[in-house]
Amino acid sequence: MSLRAGVVVFPGSNCDRDIAVALGEAGVEVTKVWHKETALPAGLDLVAIPGGFSFGDYLRCGAIAARSPVMRAVVDFAEGGGHVIGVCNGFQVLIEAGLLPGALMRNAGLRFVCGTTPLVVATVESAFTAGYRAGEVIRLPIAHHDGNYFADEATLDRLEGEDRVAFRYAENPNGSARGIAGVLSANRRVLGLMPHPERAVDPLHGGTDGRRVFSAFNPASALVQGA
Amino acid sequence: MKARVEVTLKPGVLDPQGEAVRHALGALGFEGVGEVRVGKVIEVDLAATDAAAAEAEVEAMCQKLLANTVIENYAVEIA
Repeated sequence: MSLRAGVVVFPGSNCDRDIAVALGEAGVEVTKVWHKETALPAGLDLVAIPGGFSFGDYLRCGAIAARSPVMRAVVDFAEGGGHVIGVCNGFQVLIEAGLLPGALMRNAGLRFVCGTTPLVVATVESAFTAGYRAGEVIRLPIAHHDGNYFADEATLDRLEGEDRVAFRYAENPNGSARGIAGVLSANRRVLGLMPHPERAVDPLHGGTDGRRVFSAFNPASALVQGA
Repeated sequence: MKARVEVTLKPGVLDPQGEAVRHALGALGFEGVGEVRVGKVIEVDLAATDAAAAEAEVEAMCQKLLANTVIENYAVEIA
């Protein structure tokens, strides 16, 4: 039986279709959920917060989206043990919603960074990274202006001590603390990352290194079989 | 009542925008410019008529939305 994912759409989201297609190709049944909804569709296994420029990046990137009605339901879903992935602006939204620690600031070089960048898989202990080898270097697209990960030293130490850094930049493009490109929640079921795995799932994308982020949710995967 | 909220980056948090402004000031010939920090000012009109109540309300607004307390400080002025 297929797992079910909800892709949340805000005004200004622009990667919602991309992540819906990537999940669809992984065999996941996808429903889009408008930000004004106060509840998620019943029976979801995964919620995806897509990239884009929700609410025009007003106030702070992701700040307004994080306070929209649907996000209350997403926080409840996550706190109930549901899987949540936020990519790029979606990562910013998850941080602003308090589901992940730290902050994402303006890139240290001030420039919008756009290109394909090498990443080191820092942990395989999560559904999103279980398909990789620890230490494997993969290449994913990045496209952001505010991806400079910041947290105080104690928080960074805790993230590393709890093996919650999911991906690190091999060539830090934005000044992120300790090269962090993606982090996991304490229960390892919420992932936020700046790079775009959904833009690297088809040979025509120029690479397929992003596929395995979604493959654990395939009906044939161990996660689903064991569920 | 009106509230004026000043949101600034915490000391020690790198401000790339401030750095860019500092460079531009130097390019314009302004000498002796040290660190530059960029913040924002948010003005809020309030129905409240009691200054203490207004301040408490705006304080809550800052905590919940107006500032990101991981990286930002804020100061509230009620007028």
